[in-house]
Amino acid sequence: MRIPCPHCGERGNDEFVYLGAAALTRPAADAPAEAWHSYVYLRDNPAGLHSELWQHTHGCRRWLVVARDTRTHAVFSATDAAV
Amino acid sequence: MGYSFLSLVREALRGQTGWRPAWRDAAPKPAYDAIVVGGGGHGLATGYYLAKEHGLTNIAVLEKSYIGGGNTGRNTTIIRSNYLLPGNERMYEKSMQLWEGLEQDLNYNAMVSQRGVLNLYHSDAQRDVYARRGNAMRLHGVDAALLNETGVRKLYPWLDFDNARFPIRGGLLQRRGGTARHDAVAWGFAHGADRLGVDIVQNCEVTGFRISGGAVQGVETTRGYIAAPKIGLAVAGSTSRVAALAGLRLPIESHVLQAFVSEGVKPLVDGVLTFGAGHFYVSQSDKGGLVFGGDIDGYNSYAQRGSMPVVEDVMESGMAIMPAIGRLRVLRQWGGLVDMSMDGSPIIDRTPIDGLYLNAGWCYGGFKATPGSGWCFAHTMARDEPHFINSALRLDRFATGAVLDERGAGPTPNLH
Ligand SMILES: Cc1cc2nc3c(=O)[nH]c(=O)nc-3n(C[C@H](O)[C@H](O)[C@H](O)COP(=O)(O)OP(=O)(O)OC[C@H]3O[C@@H](n4cnc5c(N)ncnc54)[C@H](O)[C@@H]3O)c2cc1C
Ligand SMILES: [Zn+2]
Repeated sequence: MRIPCPHCGERGNDEFVYLGAAALTRPAADAPAEAWHSYVYLRDNPAGLHSELWQHTHGCRRWLVVARDTRTHAVFSATDAAV
Repeated sequence: MGYSFLSLVREALRGQTGWRPAWRDAAPKPAYDAIVVGGGGHGLATGYYLAKEHGLTNIAVLEKSYIGGGNTGRNTTIIRSNYLLPGNERMYEKSMQLWEGLEQDLNYNAMVSQRGVLNLYHSDAQRDVYARRGNAMRLHGVDAALLNETGVRKLYPWLDFDNARFPIRGGLLQRRGGTARHDAVAWGFAHGADRLGVDIVQNCEVTGFRISGGAVQGVETTRGYIAAPKIGLAVAGSTSRVAALAGLRLPIESHVLQAFVSEGVKPLVDGVLTFGAGHFYVSQSDKGGLVFGGDIDGYNSYAQRGSMPVVEDVMESGMAIMPAIGRLRVLRQWGGLVDMSMDGSPIIDRTPIDGLYLNAGWCYGGFKATPGSGWCFAHTMARDEPHFINSALRLDRFATGAVLDERGAGPTPNLH
């Protein structure tokens, strides 16, 4: 599996560190406990398209949002998480 | 049909013509008193204990493919009960005790071999951590022995004790731990359950649930609708997908874990060895092949095949403790889908839907739990409440804060 880093070009996935689902919205500090439970612990865990966070630790060290198929490891896109 | 010395002799004399299948390949009935979804070790064990311990015999285990084709038939077969936290340790030890009498109980040879599991340590700090875990185990009445370097040298003289980076200083040994033949565990539970009247239905995929008034009514399957007031999920790596059919979102990610088998060699590793400074575990099969594995690949996956960086990492870890294997050839490699939970510990509990029960979150370590998991899940389904033994393995522990995080790694499934 190779990830096309927008800054460094296409690299092997062993240059990157995985965090998990990217499509999670951090609740407000005073949001109810249920919202925090859901944010911290519950995951869609889809078999198919997954939007996820990878850090290019052995490259530019930027956090990337990667769109990948969890059944085939086909990578569709990688964009800088902050841009 | 039963297996005994007598039946072996009889069949030897009859040219092995009288053997019958170890279980019936049942067709689904329209309704049951209880259904277990997933014909892996856990589902089959649940079916067996529901019948044996709770007298529920009008029940079925539904498997989408063939039984034991999932993780049950893909794992590295290590069994042990060397956990730190009480909420985990009592369930794994229950499981260990069931392993110890399993073959007589099931009338099936599962090749349970208590050859000892030795976790190597490589520093003073790690020795302290292992001493603590060993003491915790002993407080639970479980056997544990802390070996110094001389003790380990007696068992495995050929290890790389003086490795410059990871010298071997000793190990924590659970003598009652060991291995079991994974396929035979699935077949044995199927055999045992079948003899008690449980229907084992293969090629029957659950595709939906009928739920009304907050209670489950039955399952839609590729072989038609089947009604049951109690339905238990034991689908391991497919947990999120199947639970989503009932509208549940769970604290689980699916990851791929790889395993490897080398060419056969003469007896070398007579127990189970684990590397403490990386992730590597190895045992030797009766055919002589070294069976080993390491970390999960580390990102969500439903691919059931592994990636190269982890292959390299596992080989390097192996070489760090046993350079003698450097010239061995690897014959086979494969991957399985493991259900990594957010705290690295399993869930055996009810769900917010009445009559729907969940057995999941087994991570790397569910094979050793097979009998104990089935026993606890059967109790939870039959009595509609967890047994004391699985009373900490709750689904709501993530909301209440009572998580069971053996490694202290936090809600990051790929680090457990
Ligand atoms: C490579 C590898 C090595 C491992 N090594 C060890 C080890 O050394 N020691 C240890 O303790 N554990 C180990 N494990 C973990 C252990 O194998 C699993 O935790 C355990 O087997 C999971 O429970 P199970 O046996 O019931 O799962 P499975 O055998 O995976 O059973 C789940 C079943 O559910 C079925 N299913 C899925 N969806 C549906 C549906 N919709 N309808 C019907 N059926 C469905 C699947 O087909 C499957 O047969 C390892 C795992 C892997 C992958
Ligand atoms: Zn980069």
